[in-house]
Amino acid sequence: MKVRVHNNWPPGHIRTPAYLRGKVGEVERDIGLFNNPEQNAYRLPPQERNLVRVRFTMSEVWGDAAETPDDVIEAEIYAHWLEPA
Amino acid sequence: MPHDHHDHDTLSPSGHPYRKDDDTALSYWQVLEIAVRELLIEKGHITAVQVHDQINTMDARSPANGAKVVARAWCNPEFKSALLADAAQASRDMGFDIGPMHLIAVENTASVHNVVVCTLCSCYPRNLLGLPPDWYKSRAYRSRTVIEPRKVLSEFGVDIAQDVQVRVHDSTADMRYIVLPAQPALARGLLENELAQWVTRDSMIGVGIPQAPI
Repeated sequence: MKVRVHNNWPPGHIRTPAYLRGKVGEVERDIGLFNNPEQNAYRLPPQERNLVRVRFTMSEVWGDAAETPDDVIEAEIYAHWLEPA
Repeated sequence: MPHDHHDHDTLSPSGHPYRKDDDTALSYWQVLEIAVRELLIEKGHITAVQVHDQINTMDARSPANGAKVVARAWCNPEFKSALLADAAQASRDMGFDIGPMHLIAVENTASVHNVVVCTLCSCYPRNLLGLPPDWYKSRAYRSRTVIEPRKVLSEFGVDIAQDVQVRVHDSTADMRYIVLPAQPALARGLLENELAQWVTRDSMIGVGIPQAPI
């Protein structure tokens, strides 16, 4: 399943790396529910959010500057940061 | 001769330079840690012994724990399957106290090489491998590993063939990662406790390959 990371830039404690925002990747696996760190970090009552491992190609992330286009980066992204692509 | 010098102000009697005392002021966070710790002890919530026990428990964790896990996976296909399915549970089943850590093992094969980084901070499987090396926390390693992993690996002495895919694992959230390195051909047929000697810390981060013990 292909997903796109939201290209959003809200303030606060965000675990979605800047370099992956707006990028399209393939779901590698679902990991399960975890407390949303965006609330947890401020001692707000956290909602549980699904956490997903997403695989991005170097060419998707870095474009023509990719060191080796077919190498990949895998990262954990909270489902509320993802939309179908 | 190192001892025939006259720089008594800058060199110790053993011939080495003196290291400056750490006479800088405490940082805001150091002051906060001391204040909270002293209050917790004063109010009877914890004791100084408990604090030091936790420090000792963390200091006792070392890459040798992970090496035992890897060696078992090399020897025992059932354990390897369990490790790749849930590395945290497999480590607990071996008897390691890793607390609440969630762990994923990623396997190096003839076609894939894995390397672990935390670009946002310095997430590391401390509860199994102990404290991370200083370079793992450096801005250079954290930023360059997702941009030019092959160049970073070559600086560690690991050259990855072009027909092998590099997979960079960015520990962005709740999971921690350990690389299951490929068993070297020269280490075939050894016993599990002998194999553990081949597994280096760097090979479990993905910036090294297993080495024959010296």
